[in-house]
Amino acid sequence: MSNTLLDNVNEKLKAKFGEGILSAEMHYDFPVFTIRKDIIHDVIKFLKEDEELAFGFLTTMCGLHYPDNAGHEMGVMYQLHNMPKNYRIRLKTFFAIADPQIPTITDLYATANWMERQEFDFFGIIFKGHPNLKRILNMDEMTYHPMRKEYPVEDGTREDKDDKMFGR
Amino acid sequence: MSTIQKSKIELAKAPEGIEGPGFFATQIDKVVGMARANSLWPLPFATSCCGIEFMATMASTYDLGRFGAERLSFSPRQADLLMVMGTISKKMAPVLRQVYEQMAEPKWVLSMGACASSGGVFDTYSVLQGIDRIIPVDVYIPGCPPRPEQVLDGILQIQELAKSESIRRRDTEEYKNMLAKYNIE
Repeated sequence: MSNTLLDNVNEKLKAKFGEGILSAEMHYDFPVFTIRKDIIHDVIKFLKEDEELAFGFLTTMCGLHYPDNAGHEMGVMYQLHNMPKNYRIRLKTFFAIADPQIPTITDLYATANWMERQEFDFFGIIFKGHPNLKRILNMDEMTYHPMRKEYPVEDGTREDKDDKMFGR
Repeated sequence: MSTIQKSKIELAKAPEGIEGPGFFATQIDKVVGMARANSLWPLPFATSCCGIEFMATMASTYDLGRFGAERLSFSPRQADLLMVMGTISKKMAPVLRQVYEQMAEPKWVLSMGACASSGGVFDTYSVLQGIDRIIPVDVYIPGCPPRPEQVLDGILQIQELAKSESIRRRDTEEYKNMLAKYNIE
């Protein structure tokens, strides 16, 4: 069923957006689409409003950071769900870390409000048009976006882990 | 027929002093210390699993009430003992510090478990690596989480501190210097 879902969604997206759909493949049993950044809002709007697909629920979204992927280091993943038919798909879009801007989807899904704030907090992704883009989990005084891979995960102020057993 | 058992309850012993018919003379700081030690009002600042162990400590099997500390104070203004139990994130740190500052003297701090004492396994950018970075701590309880017996032992050590300290510890130079190190007035 998932394969037919992949083909079905892919066909519709290709017909509407053409080259903007960069890839469509199965990851295990999950259809995954990679979308060009400039049309991501239109694609999600189409998937939500299309009568047959009707992805009315944003399950989750998250930021991505692949430092080796020159020119496309940052990304956002969206997971959409059609509850009546129990269809799920995943969308990804990538962009350069030098310009980490992407349109908000809070106008489509109200639940994206806090999720986008989290991605801003941890990855520094700017969601253009977000009504209240500020940190949500970390302290407001924090000066960096800690889930980006250039930052160490550990707390630098700890002195008791500097022996060879802990590898500091 | 069942026999009536003699009560096993032991009352706190009176401090050393001079006793005679109709009077008893002793040092006032010993009496005050005894009273403070046996009527601690803890403020439970429980943020994770150590708090669950503390609930067991309060419940009937371990019964913290046996040591005179069953009256929890959820207002820092009336509490004697701040019990910090659990992971303190950096975002929570100013809250904890404000709670400590709101407590009236005399006050003691008990840090329960690996997280409160050192950050524990959460060696990460968002977690405070030990509450003694922001407030002074009197007694540390090791463990992850510590068993209720360890919590009782920690409370008993706080009691020993309360008994042996002078009545107005807050006036001593040592105490003032210690608070100054934490930038607390």
